[in-house]
Amino acid sequence: MEIALIIEKVILISVVLGVSLLTAMYTTLAERKIAGFLQDRHGPNRAGPFGLLQPLADGVKLFTKEEIIPGEANRFLFVLGPSLAMLMACVGTAVIPWGEELQIGDRTVSLQIADVNIGILYIFGVVALGVYGIMIGGWASNNKYSLLSAIRAASQNISYEISMGLSLIALLMMTGTLSLGEIVEQQRGINWNIWYQPLGFIIFLTCSFAETNRNPFDLVECETELVGGYHTEYSSMKLGFFLFAEYINIFVASAVMSTLYFGGYNFPGMDALAQAGVSQNWITLIGVGALLAKILFFIFFFIWVRWTVPRFRYDQLMRLGWNILIPLAIANIMVTGVVIWLTGR
Amino acid sequence: MEKLENISLTGRKKVLEKKPMNFMERIYLPSIVQGLAITFKHLFRKKATVQYPEQKREFSANFRGIHSLKRDEEGKERCTACGLCALSCPAEAITMIADERKAGEEHLYREEKYASVYEINMLRCIFCGFCEEACPKQAIYLDGDIAPADVDRKNFIYGKDKLLEPLLK
Repeated sequence: MEIALIIEKVILISVVLGVSLLTAMYTTLAERKIAGFLQDRHGPNRAGPFGLLQPLADGVKLFTKEEIIPGEANRFLFVLGPSLAMLMACVGTAVIPWGEELQIGDRTVSLQIADVNIGILYIFGVVALGVYGIMIGGWASNNKYSLLSAIRAASQNISYEISMGLSLIALLMMTGTLSLGEIVEQQRGINWNIWYQPLGFIIFLTCSFAETNRNPFDLVECETELVGGYHTEYSSMKLGFFLFAEYINIFVASAVMSTLYFGGYNFPGMDALAQAGVSQNWITLIGVGALLAKILFFIFFFIWVRWTVPRFRYDQLMRLGWNILIPLAIANIMVTGVVIWLTGR
Repeated sequence: MEKLENISLTGRKKVLEKKPMNFMERIYLPSIVQGLAITFKHLFRKKATVQYPEQKREFSANFRGIHSLKRDEEGKERCTACGLCALSCPAEAITMIADERKAGEEHLYREEKYASVYEINMLRCIFCGFCEEACPKQAIYLDGDIAPADVDRKNFIYGKDKLLEPLLK
């Protein structure tokens, strides 16, 4: 019994890890392709059909390039930085419910690696640790520009994590639980949280952009001011890890947003399907597909915004975070509280 | 008298002013959505790219490419090695050695003098077209392709083997 559970979890972990790595890999291609399309050009299209082998070619290039560790750098921390960034990006997927239960033989397999009852707190913890990778990387390089960039990353992440947390509190007041599995269960069918928390969602979305260091909040990497950013001194796959971690973070952020606000694996008409006698396994699989579709849309959205909106200035970034988003999030909590009090829900 | 700022002699002058933003402008989201709509439209536009090695854009009529040494209607070389092209060349890219036509070579060269060696250094050539203009015999034209790439400097010295028009049968 216990062995079966371990095997089940190991398989699930491998699949989820594999899917997130693959998605991140092809997000790098999608980014370049969509950038091309938005600018009336093709993007990479030479490696394989439609350029589909481009991520592999990039990988081979990054692995075979010369590795340089600057003489004055702290070697241990220098290697630790990208590893930590990558690790923290990968472990975030553990608490996301990928689907309902699958019935295999007489075993019920839950498609969530760890249904901990503090799921959201776990994600927040992991996201907060993710900035350590960047911080350590910037510090260990022994380069003033990298250090400046790392400081920016830290202050930006701290500032936006506050409003992110506050925007979520309104959601938690509604759902009454921290478990991601339960939050998704409550959004069955099309009873999604986005209908009740539109403002909270916009704040959460904005903060996700800042937390994943994406445009318009990618002040962490800035060629005009900081040479490159926290990864200026990095080369080959260590640089690749930093960039790749960013794409995994986008994947995780998209998954979290779909789970919290867009019903996760729920899709319209799932109860009708169940009544029509479709087996539970098929509904679960369609649900997994629905969640993946939502995630892919958000990944597309991240890229779409990157190639539309220009980068903020740093003081504008800070003003938006502290003077606008935090008061808005608090107001949202108040309004939610009043509505709950009035309707008694 | 009219104020100077308001006079527009061309009728196209526009006075710009920096008004404080109103509420809708200050929350930015409408403009961001507008921007997103604009970029989204571009997803489906026709691509401006020319897929170079497979697709080539046509050159304009006055494009100056690689030189070619011309032959006349009977297939004789037009060049008489007068050296005016080399003289007019601002980059000193052209060199040649003149030779005298032997008996029995009348079908090869049009006049008694011809260039036994004719070289253009494509690394020096600036494709100005002065050689073309200077030539009194209409023997040289810049009507070829773009100069191709190479990794060896020696290969950029084009002799008669590369420049001379092939004989048309």
